[in-house]
Amino acid sequence: MKHTLSILVENKPGVLARVSGLFSRRGFNIDSLAVGITENPEISRMTIVVEGDDRILEQVTKQLNKLVDVIKVSDIKPESSIDRELALIKVEAGPKERSEVMQIADIFRARIIDVGTRTLVIEITGDVSKINAMTDLLRRFGIKEMVRTGKVSMLRGAKAVKEE
Amino acid sequence: MAKKQKMSGAEAFIECLHEERVEVIFGLPGGAILPIYDELYDSDIRHILVRHEQAAAHAADGYARATGRVGVCMATSGPGATNLVTGIANAYMDSVPIVAFTGQVPTSMVGNDAFQEANITGITLPITKHNYLVKDAKMLPDIIKEAFYIASTGRPGPVLVDLPKNVQTEETEFEYPKSIQLRGYKPTSKGHPLQIKRAAKAITEAERPIIYAGGGVVISGAHAELRSLAETLMAPVTTTLLGIGTFPGTHPLSLGMVGMHGTKYANYAMMESDLIIAIGARFDDRVTGRLDSFAPNAKVIHIDIDPAEISKNVAAHIPIVGDAQNILKELIKELKPKPKSKWSEKIEKWKKEFPLEYDRKSKELKPQYVVEQIYDLCPDAIITTEVGQNQMWAAQYFKFTKPRTLISSGGLGTMGYGFPAAIGAKVGCPDKTVIDIAGDGSFLMNSQELATAVINDIPVKVAILNNKFLGMVRQWQELFYDKRYSATRLDTSPNFTKLAEAYGALGIEVTKPGEVRSAIEDAIDSDKPAVIDFQITPEENVFPMVPAGAAINEIIDYGEKT
Repeated sequence: MKHTLSILVENKPGVLARVSGLFSRRGFNIDSLAVGITENPEISRMTIVVEGDDRILEQVTKQLNKLVDVIKVSDIKPESSIDRELALIKVEAGPKERSEVMQIADIFRARIIDVGTRTLVIEITGDVSKINAMTDLLRRFGIKEMVRTGKVSMLRGAKAVKEE
Repeated sequence: MAKKQKMSGAEAFIECLHEERVEVIFGLPGGAILPIYDELYDSDIRHILVRHEQAAAHAADGYARATGRVGVCMATSGPGATNLVTGIANAYMDSVPIVAFTGQVPTSMVGNDAFQEANITGITLPITKHNYLVKDAKMLPDIIKEAFYIASTGRPGPVLVDLPKNVQTEETEFEYPKSIQLRGYKPTSKGHPLQIKRAAKAITEAERPIIYAGGGVVISGAHAELRSLAETLMAPVTTTLLGIGTFPGTHPLSLGMVGMHGTKYANYAMMESDLIIAIGARFDDRVTGRLDSFAPNAKVIHIDIDPAEISKNVAAHIPIVGDAQNILKELIKELKPKPKSKWSEKIEKWKKEFPLEYDRKSKELKPQYVVEQIYDLCPDAIITTEVGQNQMWAAQYFKFTKPRTLISSGGLGTMGYGFPAAIGAKVGCPDKTVIDIAGDGSFLMNSQELATAVINDIPVKVAILNNKFLGMVRQWQELFYDKRYSATRLDTSPNFTKLAEAYGALGIEVTKPGEVRSAIEDAIDSDKPAVIDFQITPEENVFPMVPAGAAINEIIDYGEKT
């Protein structure tokens, strides 16, 4: 089962290595990882998607909390959160295929952000399943390159994952 | 100290160590740490020059375990720093508070593969509680204060501080911080009152309780509370290797050590109990044996300061996170004295039926006999051990009665630990007799430290149980590999007596049981470091023994077939 962890860490050099190193040496697998600064410039947030049962999740959380630079670890439940991922997809599309590709992009409310003679670059934002669905449809045209940011999540409503 | 004085990073470093009341550093200098060694030359902080950096880390560790204070070691960059690694990993596994300082190439050269550069913060990431690369001398006071605080609080552990050479020489304004701000580090010390009440209820209802105490009881200083808990409940107490000494080995409720080479009665009691009260112990694989058959009918109360240890290996029914001493004090208030029970009688019977045994009538020199005689002549000594058979015989046959008197590498199992750790312990406790119970294999891994002991006048004693084998490995080869002694014969070891004498220490050779006591007495009476070479029965085995992968009641005793 996949879990999404929202982790507040000190915005210091080496913190990413401490966190990712912990995952690898304890044998926990990272599905995706996104890092960025928060509303407080001293603190960064990592959103990590990890695969594992409740026991593994409990160990991951406890081990993360032992790191001095980790301030808070929250398991974000899908039913009480919103999540998004951004992807850039370079699709092979000559003059013949172009309109069909643009139609697909339109249906997914994605944007064409670059046009070449033989390619289109599509920007799509959404939850992970939406991005997967679109890439499945585009595959038959030929995907030359794809970049994904990894998932970011936030709690719905007024609640926030914050330092206590 | 007046506020905001101008000084070099190296001077500030010495001031920080004064603020932390560091009295001794174990170390070895080199190019990248020269500015600090230059300041140390005029300082009143004692520096003990070791002959290999690994020994500096182990000595700091031994000092910390013997005194309860933070041990400090220091090395230069590159190979100096990497030589500390085993000692740091050892301290990490056994939760020992040490702070390791390493020199580093100047910040402008970091990452350039400069001469004697090693990424020691990267290397020690998984084996330190925390580590720092100091990039600016003005950060030194905050970082050093944090380093000592993190090392010594919560579940203790090693912290490494890497000091680039330019940071040591650049000028800074020194002011030692009064407080520490660490958003991500707030160890819990008080146990949850509701959990303590639940534990008290489970204890009251239990018919076959057993107390299982580990190294956390030593660290917390909870030995008096442990004893009071046991006596209130009339409950038996077993300990881990690192928990030895937290409960007197001579006490009628003591079961000795549990696990792979524990006593038969401790293992039986653990397996048949209906309640395990685990205190500062982590259900290591050497304790539990095969996990799925471990103590099948027991509820588990798990008291530990590290939440990550709870339910890591054995599921806890009642976890209590916090400091063992605090929690036990509160727990005892909730309990009423219990009388002796059928359970006590059963355990008494096991103790009578399955005592620790060896061939006491043998004319050969038996290692168990040697340990018994060391105990008889110096019951109050601090004993360090190496790793393997020597360690297990020391744990089984020396009746430790006080905490911080057995100093042994438990988690990492580092051969070569005991001798430098003895040096550290003796420096911390100069009035105590300190004896390293060693093997011929382990001792050679750090025997160069005889020079350290002699030159610095640290009269530690080494009792080598010399069987001319890597004994524990040989024992496994005998039992599980058809006596194929692959690479375990050590016939070519040097003459240990002469080796000791070459360094200016006392060397004594013992080949017969009749010579044991006088040799120990001579070694203790000498004001020099001493090495006694006890030439013991070569193929003596450590029993009882639980084979790897077996349940802990599937235990083989002396003279039983495997």
